[in-house]
Amino acid sequence: MEANGGESSRILREIENLKSAKSEIERRISDLEAQLRDIDEKDETKTNSTRSCPPLSNGDSGFGHGLSPDMIYRYSRQLLLPSFGVQAQSSLLKASILVVGAGGLGSPALLYLAACGVGRLGIVDHDVVELNNLHRQIIHTEAYIGQSKVESAAAACHSINSTIQIVEHKEALRTSNALEILSKYDIVIDATDNAPSRYLISDCCVVLGKPLVSGAAIGLEGQLTVYNYNGGPCYRCLFPTPPPTTACQRCSDSGVLGIVPGIIGCHQALEAIKIASDVGEPLSRRMLLFDALTARIRIVKIRGRSSQCEVCGENATFTAKQFQEFDYEKFTQSPLSMTPLKLDLLPTEARISSKEYKERVVRGEPHALVDVRPAHHFKISSLPNSMNVPLSSLEARLPEISSALKREEEHASLYVVCRRGNDSQRAVDYLHKMGFTSAKDIIGGLESWAHDVDPNFPTY
Amino acid sequence: MQLTLEFGGGLELLCDSVKIHKVNVNPQDGEDKLNMKDLLAWVRTNLIKERPEMFMKGDSVRPGVLVLVNDCDWELSGQLDTTLEEKDVVVFISTLHGG
Repeated sequence: MEANGGESSRILREIENLKSAKSEIERRISDLEAQLRDIDEKDETKTNSTRSCPPLSNGDSGFGHGLSPDMIYRYSRQLLLPSFGVQAQSSLLKASILVVGAGGLGSPALLYLAACGVGRLGIVDHDVVELNNLHRQIIHTEAYIGQSKVESAAAACHSINSTIQIVEHKEALRTSNALEILSKYDIVIDATDNAPSRYLISDCCVVLGKPLVSGAAIGLEGQLTVYNYNGGPCYRCLFPTPPPTTACQRCSDSGVLGIVPGIIGCHQALEAIKIASDVGEPLSRRMLLFDALTARIRIVKIRGRSSQCEVCGENATFTAKQFQEFDYEKFTQSPLSMTPLKLDLLPTEARISSKEYKERVVRGEPHALVDVRPAHHFKISSLPNSMNVPLSSLEARLPEISSALKREEEHASLYVVCRRGNDSQRAVDYLHKMGFTSAKDIIGGLESWAHDVDPNFPTY
Repeated sequence: MQLTLEFGGGLELLCDSVKIHKVNVNPQDGEDKLNMKDLLAWVRTNLIKERPEMFMKGDSVRPGVLVLVNDCDWELSGQLDTTLEEKDVVVFISTLHGG
């Protein structure tokens, strides 16, 4: 067994080495290709400044539509569609689309936009690929864990279609860079995951006059609409006042079935394709509501542009300068990045570290451990001998905690744990008020337990 | 009058996680019509089981909630003054931000 174990770890090491060499080579190839494209582009603009077909065209076939023989073959199934055809394809090849967010929505959107032949495709994201992204962010692969989402997405798009231009924006979208980035594209897709970004992107699109395809998904539901298109409303016409932060759920807290953002992301790509190629009726002044559990899609009629809108209304004077000075985080009272909240409610003496808790368990200190996460979280993983009393039912279940303490020796301690150490503080704060004065919370929750005490303890 | 009320985008969590409610709501005494303002007050009293501030603000819905009467934004029918009729379908949906 020992020899086998040694052998397999040697093989695993070798696989790791080869994988990292492979991704390094792929990165170099894509860098060189980008350089080559830049050179080609410069040459083209030098020799023929009015030329309108996309940069990597390998030669017009001479039929007046600018498509090369290779392009005709590649996109033939779209050219064969009477309602799409060569004219729409040709428009698509000349179009540029920016996808903000290479996550659950952006993944399928980018894959389809690259495949269908959008001339220039931009990708904005500042994040890196994580293992718990892969169930929904299907553009990324295991080999890219820990690497930039933009690089990973660009490589995937490039491997599907090496003839389009892919632009990497490896940065978070902020008021300082948004105008410059968005101005380079015809259409913007909002595939982000938070309220401030949604206001920021919509406002920027109004300032620049760009149509915005906006999608959102969480849990088992999705929503989609097109803003700032053809006299239609902007995001603020619909939502002039930001919702309370407690109403803004995140995938990392509420969960999401991977395919749900996938379905919405596909719809976003479709709307962008329709706008870029001037085909069909884009989903403006209408909103698509998707409920995965009941398999129902509802298309509802929404208000048009609001004359009172502070950004796009009749008397609005929202300028580029105002946009750059606007504080979106303050406006929505939530951060643009995904940093989880870190509460600091309790005095130091009412808190212990996960390491210290472990030491007390080892010493055999009599105590009760209350886990205040929701029951479905508790089922995923929990500490030995912990009792699950979700924060929402704490008030009603205080007697259970009292009897658990009585089962221990006299003066037994009471510890409270949760996922990250926020709810446990709220619980301890409440327990103190209800007379459980010895209650202490475990700082950083089960995440710190996994980090500092038991690396094998599952996190999620 | 019979109405179908639907809650989505997480608002169903405020009413025992039930999304669709077939209800019977009648105009208040002395009134012959039921409008959205009356309905909201009825919903708050009869359907919302927790955190009413996640559904309402003042006598209207909180920011971030879209109200649709027969698949149409209530902004287009007069918001709180929208008059309801037998068998109308009213949808309350919280806007989503995730992705």
